[in-house]
Amino acid sequence: MGELKVHRVRFFDYMPTAIRAMAFNAHTERLALARMDGSVEIFNFTDHYFQEKVIPGKDSRSIESLCWVGGRLFSAGLNGEIAEYDLENLRPKYSLEAYGGPIWTVISNTQGTQLAIGCEDGTVKLFEVLEEHIQFERNLDRQKGRIISLSWHPSGTHIAAGMMDMIRVFDVPTGHAVQRLLVDRGIGGSKSRETVVWSVAFLSDHTVVSGDSAGKVQVWDGHTGTLVKTHLVTKWDVLALSVSKDESSVVAGTSEGTVIQFQFIAPTLHQQDKEWVRTRTFKNHTHDVRALAEIETAIVSGGMDTHLVVRPLLEKFDEKSHASGLRKIHFPHRNLVSCAKKAGLLLFQFPGQLELWRLGDSDGHGKPGDRLPLKWKPEKLLLLKRKGEDHICCSALSSCGGWLAYSTVSSVRIYRLQTDNNISITKVSKLPKVLRSAHQLCFSSDSSKMFAASSQSSVLVIALTQSECKYVHTLKPKSGSRQPIHLMTTSVDGKWLAAANSDCEIHVYNLQKLKLHCIVPVYGSCPSAMGIHPTTNNLTMVHADQQLFEYSIVEKQYTDWSRKLQKQGLHNVWLDRDTPVTHVTFNPKNPNQVVLHDMHMFCIIDQSLPLPDQKTQFYNQMTLRSLSEQERPSHLHAFKICKTFQDLLCVSLLDDQSLVVVERPLLAITSQLPAPVRQKKFAT
Amino acid sequence: MAALYEGFTLCGLVPTQNASDSPIQGIELDGDSDHAVVTDSTRSVTLYKVSDQKPLGSWTVKQGQLLTCPAVCNFQTKEYVVVSDNKVIRVWKDEDLNIDKAFKATVSADVWRVHSAPGGEPVVLFQRGAVRLLDSLLSAPQQPIEDVLSEEEVIRWSTNIVAEKQHFVLFTTEQKGEHFLYVQRLNPNTLQKYRLEREDSGAPPLSFSASLRDKHINLLYLYPNGCVYQSVVAVRGPVELEGVQTLPRSLRLRLPVGEGKLGAASAVALDEAHVAVVGMPHPSARTGKDFLCIWNTNFQTLQAGKEMVGRIHGPVWCYLGKLFVPHGKALSVIPYECQKSSLASALGKLRHAGIAVSKSSVAVPSWNSLLHGDQPQGPAKIVDTRKSNGFIGDAQDLQLSVGQLACHLVARSQAETAFYTPGALAQLVQTQCLCHSVCPDLLLLALEHKDYFLCQLCLQLFPDIPEVVTCACLKTFIRSHQSIEMRLFNLCGGVLQTAYSDNFLLPHLKDLNAQQVILFLQYLQFVYLKFSQDVYTQTPGLRSPTMTQIIDWLCLLLDAHFTVLVMAPDAKGLLSNLESFVKSQVKLFSELGKIEGSLQELHKMKLSKDISQYSIEVIELF
Repeated sequence: MGELKVHRVRFFDYMPTAIRAMAFNAHTERLALARMDGSVEIFNFTDHYFQEKVIPGKDSRSIESLCWVGGRLFSAGLNGEIAEYDLENLRPKYSLEAYGGPIWTVISNTQGTQLAIGCEDGTVKLFEVLEEHIQFERNLDRQKGRIISLSWHPSGTHIAAGMMDMIRVFDVPTGHAVQRLLVDRGIGGSKSRETVVWSVAFLSDHTVVSGDSAGKVQVWDGHTGTLVKTHLVTKWDVLALSVSKDESSVVAGTSEGTVIQFQFIAPTLHQQDKEWVRTRTFKNHTHDVRALAEIETAIVSGGMDTHLVVRPLLEKFDEKSHASGLRKIHFPHRNLVSCAKKAGLLLFQFPGQLELWRLGDSDGHGKPGDRLPLKWKPEKLLLLKRKGEDHICCSALSSCGGWLAYSTVSSVRIYRLQTDNNISITKVSKLPKVLRSAHQLCFSSDSSKMFAASSQSSVLVIALTQSECKYVHTLKPKSGSRQPIHLMTTSVDGKWLAAANSDCEIHVYNLQKLKLHCIVPVYGSCPSAMGIHPTTNNLTMVHADQQLFEYSIVEKQYTDWSRKLQKQGLHNVWLDRDTPVTHVTFNPKNPNQVVLHDMHMFCIIDQSLPLPDQKTQFYNQMTLRSLSEQERPSHLHAFKICKTFQDLLCVSLLDDQSLVVVERPLLAITSQLPAPVRQKKFAT
Repeated sequence: MAALYEGFTLCGLVPTQNASDSPIQGIELDGDSDHAVVTDSTRSVTLYKVSDQKPLGSWTVKQGQLLTCPAVCNFQTKEYVVVSDNKVIRVWKDEDLNIDKAFKATVSADVWRVHSAPGGEPVVLFQRGAVRLLDSLLSAPQQPIEDVLSEEEVIRWSTNIVAEKQHFVLFTTEQKGEHFLYVQRLNPNTLQKYRLEREDSGAPPLSFSASLRDKHINLLYLYPNGCVYQSVVAVRGPVELEGVQTLPRSLRLRLPVGEGKLGAASAVALDEAHVAVVGMPHPSARTGKDFLCIWNTNFQTLQAGKEMVGRIHGPVWCYLGKLFVPHGKALSVIPYECQKSSLASALGKLRHAGIAVSKSSVAVPSWNSLLHGDQPQGPAKIVDTRKSNGFIGDAQDLQLSVGQLACHLVARSQAETAFYTPGALAQLVQTQCLCHSVCPDLLLLALEHKDYFLCQLCLQLFPDIPEVVTCACLKTFIRSHQSIEMRLFNLCGGVLQTAYSDNFLLPHLKDLNAQQVILFLQYLQFVYLKFSQDVYTQTPGLRSPTMTQIIDWLCLLLDAHFTVLVMAPDAKGLLSNLESFVKSQVKLFSELGKIEGSLQELHKMKLSKDISQYSIEVIELF
């Protein structure tokens, strides 16, 4: 294979924001997750936790709580609004002022007919869920003090509300408060401080479980309003509670970063009387656990430290499998970096701005392991702040570096760039009216066209010239899918465009005829990355379940190599990786080579080499290094994997054959977080 | 420590008519280390694979013929050699089924033994003491054989040793109750005869064992009264004059034999510190049982013991970590292990640790080469070890002469008050070949003559000054210097650096009077303060004690005189100063502990590679 010159880039200061709320839809097995910046992410738990949708945030939007009603997703926040999301167009469908001040929580009844919100002004407001809308119904008896948390009894007749220093139980039909449960304050200095009941859970047997700012998890009898049991679990706050579907287990998230499980079991063997017993503690976070969901086989948690953790409950698994491993999702499953391969430029996408960098260069040569002296340093050419409140959802840079485009949910902007001597940027002023927003953007390789993924999986074709920007055509899928496109790629010869949507469909369009060429046979897992080969026009796709396919666009069938790979099966080590491949690129000088990467490695697949079977040592670079040149060929296989670079956001091959790796060390992210409430001190 | 492991039976034995004879003439190792050639007392030779306890082949001479010498293996030709009826030498190979059809030659004189060792040609020792190489003998079997021994002299035991490509045949003889050792060197042939010292009882030695160590042949022999002696013969000593030398011996071990004397017993050296003895009672078991024991000769301690069922027949063989013991109706193979005791190395008894020492008693380097498979590697290794041995041998000689010289000088000084040679004594001490035990009066003499320079030298260089002497020095120093001054500072520095044991030092330290204690405490506090101030500039040298030594002495002194110090009014200020200083130090060290913790954490993070925001690197994929 040989030596590679690698631009190791660490100046992309990507910083994910804290996780604020989550809601799990057990029916569709989708997890909705809200971050502090108002963005919402949808993870598909049936498809390897793939992040299939991202709804970009908005400055004025803050989400305190998420709630599924059937397949519909609602949020409420401190801006006092309830919003419903359009999961097909990845934007809020509508939002509604609740007129109760900041909203702390939103829940729905099990029937899915009503929503209840808890407001700062002390009201619990009920909304009727209509076909296309929600409508205010009535207030329950107004209380003194804000309503922080709510839980609806499964029968729908009662609602428990967590407040300051107390929990109220409301009778829903009458709207009257029927129980008042007083929550103790913390001891010592915190005695003077009100206790905030951050979370409540109302169980079928009228047990109320509460978690509060005094570090207690308390179990109450909802009928009588008496305290049954107090578990003091932390010196700080218990922020979140989640109940398992069968109500046999409750998990609590704390400010210390721990998740504590309670189970409804008999404390001694062969005894009938069950009680809530603290059983396990999980520590996968360093900061506040703000959001929790106990699902069938795992506990899902997230919080201030920004990563999502899926902690499988091992007793629910019979054998070690892909699903029984701990998952930590740090990075988005999509590209935030665009690379202009010809010009050697990198575009970094932040929610609020774009950064354009020119890579440095060196003139020296070195042997493997060397760091070359820099002839010139990398240079930040441009910092482009977005206009408006909406966050950037996608961006693109043409490979020549002459065009730059980004989109929010409300607008698309295209810029003409000059990066040679004097850097200049010119906004293309008149855009076609039809180009209002895009889920994905990409440029043709000759920069003569731009493609924008629009609603209902359609793709707008825009012709770019020096002077203007003209709408050409809308490519529409035949399937009639309404799902958004999350991946788009064009061929180098400008003939083909492939677009993948959340329905796992991949459409290939003929750009000369401006019509659909074919649909790649639909595979059960969502494609996480794809690319069209520059010479053969074969489409390489990698899916969330790590399967790899190569499809000949011209012949409209899988290539022989792909069939061979599927017949033999991918190596288990490859299949067991827990982050999806997010980028596929090719080596123009060697048509056999495909470059792809996930968070922890990049891989150069050499299709001319034999495929590894299960007995082959998969990560064999160290072994190969130790072998003599004569022995090496017999040990080679197609997957050349490099793990030297970690926490990868992008790996791309420039036209000058040098590799660009963009690293964002997790340690750098951690170091930017606020100090945790509890730090490990030496000898403590 | 040494250990005997669970053994196994290699073969059964047929008891001989004469109860005192061993049913086994000899056990020799075949070229392959796991093969043993066992010759019984009558007619047959059997080859065993030891680990499998399985005979691989057996050869028997005709009825009426008798094997008179144990079969050996010719390592060069892979042939077996045996002698029948004293005069007929037979040579055969593995594949020969019948020994009678193999090569045989009749020689003109009675053969005592054929000896063979890897790296050397087989050697034939005749009963009258003549020695011939097997090849040259077989080329002319009927050549005349000279008599070396006098008429009434008979060979009792023999062996051969190959060292530095030099081949030795050793044999002992008995003549009129006297015992001699002959050392026959081959190529060039020289013969040296030594007389063994007579044991008081006049009894003959029960067994001999020879091994090669440090360029010397060590002969170990056991007498029926339980004494194990060692004699040393230089391999490359100067060619001695004609005549019989008396072989000096040293008692290595006095075995508890219980009532009466040992019968058929045998001792074999396992390494320089361990001896295996078979055929003696276990000291803590009832008498009448025969045991196999491993003794440590350095400490005279029993390290391992194993009861041997049945009568012990006498000889024992030791090859490659296994002891071959014929007893009762079986030949047992017992693996053993000898580890160097850490106590031994602590006391410096095993100064040669690290030098290759073979565990076998006979033909030491040969086994070494056997262990390493092919023979050509053997000699090179031997030469290597020899080099270091040479140095040590010279050092031993120097030590001896320096010791004698010093003792003479001291004795004369003690006898004649006017005679004192400080310069010469200091020079002798500075050779570092002296120690207190060699010349115990030296330090006291220096103290008597107030030769503090010599005292200090001794304190610094002698590793074995008894605590009582250390304390005597200390007392003298303190008595003669009433104030803290530089001289006392240096002198006491020497005291602080001597080796001591708390238990032995404390009683002597208690002899100091209150005034001396306070003075010494003042001194200790002074050096403590001084060294904690310039702890970083302190270079470990001969003259400055370490911080640990200072604090150890402080603790000891406070322990020994706590009540005295509490009562003494002049000590009060001193003690409170010391306390506050120690307190500040404790605080400092606890802070240091924290820093250490942090630094360790940093170290764990392995931020070794400083990775910048951007770099261009070259990687290689295969």
